Amino acid sequence: MTPDFIVGPLPIWAEILTGFFAVLGAAFAAVGSFGLVRLPTFFRRIHAPTLGATAGVWCLTIATIVYFSVQGYSLFLHAVLITLFVALTAPVTTIFLMRAALFRERQKGGDVPPAADD
Amino acid sequence: MTPILFWALKGALFLLAVAMLCAVWRLLIGPSAQDRVMALDCLYINGMLMMLVLGINYTSNVYFEAAMLIALFGFVSSTALAKFLLRGEVIE
Repeated sequence: MTPDFIVGPLPIWAEILTGFFAVLGAAFAAVGSFGLVRLPTFFRRIHAPTLGATAGVWCLTIATIVYFSVQGYSLFLHAVLITLFVALTAPVTTIFLMRAALFRERQKGGDVPPAADD
Repeated sequence: MTPILFWALKGALFLLAVAMLCAVWRLLIGPSAQDRVMALDCLYINGMLMMLVLGINYTSNVYFEAAMLIALFGFVSSTALAKFLLRGEVIE
């Protein structure tokens, strides 16, 4: 352990802030994943996990930044990289998945809008 | 670490475990292939969040690299699987 880290307990406000945002982010992720189980069709289910990919990741990033910044006496911004990465990649995955699902539903003759003729 | 943060982190880990179980449930019963791919993507995100909470819990920077790697592999695998569902092959 490097000596420029706080070894003992952190100030109480930092701990409360960290704990609050950690629980909030985990609750967002849990609600999103529960919607994955609960909602009836694929096209409704695909909306649910984005709650964990946006609000959950943001809240846990804030918790991480607060905790490690107070502990190391300097601004800790590594976790923002993860948020940026997820913010860039989650929509790409969702769009690909949505296109695949639409394609497969059309092949099965499901009740989806027809393809734009191009 | 005071009891406030200790129990908050344990609660967050419990909530994330519940979230991962929900995603695994959808992964197992999902009626179509795209349901399973979506559940796998959600499972990756939840696992990455759990890595962040564990990093706070153990006061270790190593968990960020793990979280970053999980996010990276989750994106690549989900995109490849969705592409496979769309075309029948990954790289054309």
